[in-house]
Amino acid sequence: MTPLSFARAADTAAAIGLAGAPGARYLGGGTNLVDLMRETIERPQALVDVTGLGSAIEDQADGGLMIGAAARNTAIAEHRSVRTRYPALSRAILAGASGQIRNMATLGGNLMQRTRCTYFYDDAAGCNKRAPGAGCDAIDGFNRIHAILGASPACVATHPSDLCVALAALDAIVHVEGPAGARSLELVELHRLPGGRPDIETVLAPGELITAVELPALALAARSTYRKVRDRSSYAFALISVAAALEVAEDGTIGDVRLALGGVAHKPWRARMAEAALRGGPATRSSFLAAAEAELVDAAPLSHNGFKVELARRTIVAVLGELAGDAA
Amino acid sequence: MLVGGLARLGLRAGPSPRDVPQNGATPPAAVPKGVDMPITINGQAVPIPVDVRTSLLDLLREQLHLSGTKKGCNQGACGACTVLVDGERILSCLALAAQYEGRSVVSIEGLTPDGELHPLQRAFINHDGYQCGYCTPGQICSAIGMADELRRGVPSAVTADLAATTMALTGDELRERMSGNLCRCGAHNGIVAAIAETFARTPAMAEAAE
Repeated sequence: MTPLSFARAADTAAAIGLAGAPGARYLGGGTNLVDLMRETIERPQALVDVTGLGSAIEDQADGGLMIGAAARNTAIAEHRSVRTRYPALSRAILAGASGQIRNMATLGGNLMQRTRCTYFYDDAAGCNKRAPGAGCDAIDGFNRIHAILGASPACVATHPSDLCVALAALDAIVHVEGPAGARSLELVELHRLPGGRPDIETVLAPGELITAVELPALALAARSTYRKVRDRSSYAFALISVAAALEVAEDGTIGDVRLALGGVAHKPWRARMAEAALRGGPATRSSFLAAAEAELVDAAPLSHNGFKVELARRTIVAVLGELAGDAA
Repeated sequence: MLVGGLARLGLRAGPSPRDVPQNGATPPAAVPKGVDMPITINGQAVPIPVDVRTSLLDLLREQLHLSGTKKGCNQGACGACTVLVDGERILSCLALAAQYEGRSVVSIEGLTPDGELHPLQRAFINHDGYQCGYCTPGQICSAIGMADELRRGVPSAVTADLAATTMALTGDELRERMSGNLCRCGAHNGIVAAIAETFARTPAMAEAAE
C-alpha cells in the first residue's frame, strides 16, 4: 500500500508549501477524491486538507461577489446574494448531488472534480485519462453519456459539474495561488479540451491552488437560470444542462445574453456562437432555435448519444423561452 | 454508548504522538496536552485513527462497533451511511475521519439517550417506513439534518421562488430533499409519511408551512 500522510493547512502559504511534497494532492470535502482513492484511480502520497482556508462569500464594492474556494456547496446555494443576484448558480448547485454531498463538497473541489465516464472508473477498460496511451474504450463502447462537442480520438469524457456550467455562463474569474505567485483566469480557460492528453484536465501548474472564485457585477445575471436534463429527476448527473442569462429590451430585441452547456464536453461549454447569433436579434423562438443550431453545428455524436444534439437544442430553446417570458 | 474502552478498539497499533492513555477505561473527555483534538462521537472523545485512509464510517463501525450506521455502496450513492456532524448531514463513507478532528459527530445511536426513541423513529414504526431496515438509520439521520436545512430556509431544486425565506415541507420538497437516501425495498411512501408527520408538527415547520 502506498504510504499516505495527512496535514491540515493553516493558511494558503502553508498549503502550497505542503503541496510541494511528492505525490501531494489538495483535499476539499473528499466527495470525489476519497472515492477515487478507494478505487485506486487516484494514488496520492500526501493529502493537504484545504477545507480550513478561505470560505467567505463577500459582496464586492464593484457589485461583484467573491466566494472563498473552501465554501461548501450548500453555503453558496443558500447565500442571499447568490439567490437574488446570480440565481443560475444557486439553481445549478441545487440540481447537483444530494443534500449530504452538498454539505461536504467545496467550491474548489467542484472545479477540480474528475469525469464520471464509466470507463475511467473501470480499471479493466482502456482509458487514456486514467492510463495515458491505453486507448479509449468509450469511443466504440456504451457512450450514451459522453461528449458531443470538442472531443478527440483520445477521449470523449464529459466534465460532470453543474456548478461550473453556471460559472461559465456568469463570466466567473478563478483566483489561484502557487509556488510562482498569485494569478487569476477566466473559469472558461481553467479546463482543457482533451486533445492528445486527456489526463491533463486543467491549465493549473503543479502546486497551484484555487483560492477563490469571483463573480463580476453582471446586471442580467439577476435574470438567469439553470436547467438540467437527466435520467431521473434528482441525484443523477446531467445528460444535458443549460445555464443562461437574458436581457430583453423594451422593443423585444435581445440586449445581452450568456449561455453555457453542461454534459456535452470535456469542459463546461460556453456557447459563444449561440450568444453571437442572439445579440441584437428578436427574442423569439425562431431566433433561439437558430442560435442553438449555430452552437451545435459542429456536434459530433457517437454511436449512442445522438439524442444529445436534439436534447441540447430543445433545452436551449426552452430555457431562453423561459427567461424571455412574455417577450418570446 | 461506546462499547468498552479504547484499548479494546485497536485504534492504535503502536506509539504515536497522538496516543492517549489507553487503560481500558472510558475514553477521556479532555484532550491530553500535546495531543491532537479528537473527534467527539455521540458525546465521547475518540482519537483520530492512525491510518489516514480510515473513513468516518469505518471508524464508527469497525473500530467503535457502532454498527447502526450502515455501509451500503461505500461510494456516496445510497445515503445509508448518513450521520450528523455539528448538526449537518453528511455521508460518512466519503469522509476521511482525519478531516473531522475537533468536530462533533452524532450517529443513529446518539440521537437520544439509551432506550429512548426519537419522535422520527416512532413515526417510522407507525408508518412502516422500512422493510429490511438497512437504509433506515441513514434515512432518519438525513431527515433530521434536512429538517434543520428547511428551518433555516435553504432552498432546493424544486423551490419555485429562490428569494423566499421560508418553504413549506410539501411532498415535492420532501422527496427532492431526501433524494440522496435510497430504499431498495420500496418503502419510500412510508418514509415520506413518517418524515412529513414528524416535521410538520414542529412549530418552526408549521410556521414555514403557512
